[in-house]
Amino acid sequence: MSDTATSGVQQVFQLKSASVSMTALELYYFDSDEFEETLRNKINQAPGFFQDTPLIISLEKYEGLDSELDFFNIIGACRRNKIHVVGVRGGNDDQRRLARGAALALMPGNNQRDKPHEAQATDEKPELPAAHTHQAAPEPPPAKIISQPVRSGQQVHAPEGDLIILAPVQAGAEVLAAGNIHVYGPLRGRALAGIHGAESARVFCQSLEAELVSIAGHYKISEDLQDNGWKSAVQIQLRDDLLVVTPLDKA
Amino acid sequence: MARIIVVTSGKGGVGKTTTSASISTGLARRGHKTVVVDFDVGLRNLDLIMNCERRVVYDFVNVIQGDASLNQALIRDKRVDTLYILPASQTREKEALTKEGVEKVINELSETFDYIICDSPAGIEHGALMALYYADEAIVVTNPEVSSVRDSDRILGILQSKSRRAEMGQDPAKEHLLVTRYNPDRVERGEMLSVADVEEILAVPLLGVIPESQIVLNASNQGLPVILEEQSDAGQAYDDAVARLLGEEREQRFMTAQKKGFFSRMFKGG
Repeated sequence: MSDTATSGVQQVFQLKSASVSMTALELYYFDSDEFEETLRNKINQAPGFFQDTPLIISLEKYEGLDSELDFFNIIGACRRNKIHVVGVRGGNDDQRRLARGAALALMPGNNQRDKPHEAQATDEKPELPAAHTHQAAPEPPPAKIISQPVRSGQQVHAPEGDLIILAPVQAGAEVLAAGNIHVYGPLRGRALAGIHGAESARVFCQSLEAELVSIAGHYKISEDLQDNGWKSAVQIQLRDDLLVVTPLDKA
Repeated sequence: MARIIVVTSGKGGVGKTTTSASISTGLARRGHKTVVVDFDVGLRNLDLIMNCERRVVYDFVNVIQGDASLNQALIRDKRVDTLYILPASQTREKEALTKEGVEKVINELSETFDYIICDSPAGIEHGALMALYYADEAIVVTNPEVSSVRDSDRILGILQSKSRRAEMGQDPAKEHLLVTRYNPDRVERGEMLSVADVEEILAVPLLGVIPESQIVLNASNQGLPVILEEQSDAGQAYDDAVARLLGEEREQRFMTAQKKGFFSRMFKGG
């Protein structure tokens, strides 16, 4: 108490650069009913994963009419499903004006970010906004490393990047990661990789004894895992929407 | 500085109070000034096992609420004179154990005692959290069966995340596994988990194995810490555990089934 009062150097806040991995919704066209129904279906595949997650609307592949692009409607549908739209990526000037009108943040699209392609392809538009020309490549988020056992009732969450656990994950414990999950010990609890939808995420463990394994919302429970690689070192990955368990020594 | 050791388990009826009584008696018998604190407000048992229930005047909650001084509430053991008991209240609510109140009492005890043994209630509610909050070390009492192991795992997780050490970012509390009610015959028949199984699942170093024994029950009923039954295997197993707690190397005993003698096989037809 006293040291904050006496030290005048303490600032209210500090701005730091941060790179956050987020889920992007790639919109092809917009129809209010279809949109909400599809959204609800997606969420039902992975209940809980999308709860209170931020979302950006990617307009790079949007083919519908600009006039159909009702951001207020989109935001409302997402809100009803507990998803928060924070901004849009890409899009033409008209679309971005509509987004700004709905108080959404504007992010550069992939084609605006990819400088070499742009410079090569379009000579008639040589000037890029200064802010975009020297944008550093985003650093991959660091892996979260845990060396204590994850006990029953505990949850370890790596909201971006990989999760590496150098100890057992006990029955009744839950580990979640945006990327891969490595368990250098027995995996007895629940492991959920690719929670923001990364289908390339995998789960690796030294002994598969899990209650549940999930990748990007596709999951298998203990009962379905017993037949293949149970109690041995395996990796689990998603192939054609199916979880495939392979022994690590034959990988 | 006193070593603050919580005896905990998650599950009830596995032998926490029996263990608290024996471990504290064992430490005190080796000359360490020891106090054993009953955190089981409302369901106090420790005074019965320590045979001092008729000498309880003031209790832990009275001290916290300032109705009595610590010296008024502490009961000196009649058998071992370096051992004291701080009994729990039978009538109060568990919420009477406030974090500040418990801290005050623990700090005061730390000034005069070498060892503070906290006998935790079962469960993961307030009383159990208070018992483990200030601990430097934890003895996790586990029976060799699946639900007890699961609950021990849960309480170990709470110890890592909710204790003062965890909140202050200090080194985590040192964990010890004590397997009680171990019956090697039943392990051989596959009716119980083996010590190796329990150790493997919980990943905590083994402090000792207490064999299942009628002696434990008899001793409890007589108000005698079982460690004082020096001839019994359970008493010896607790003595080994105390020695290991103090850093001595002792080989694990009582983990294999007794070979049945010729006569017992003849007469029991086994």
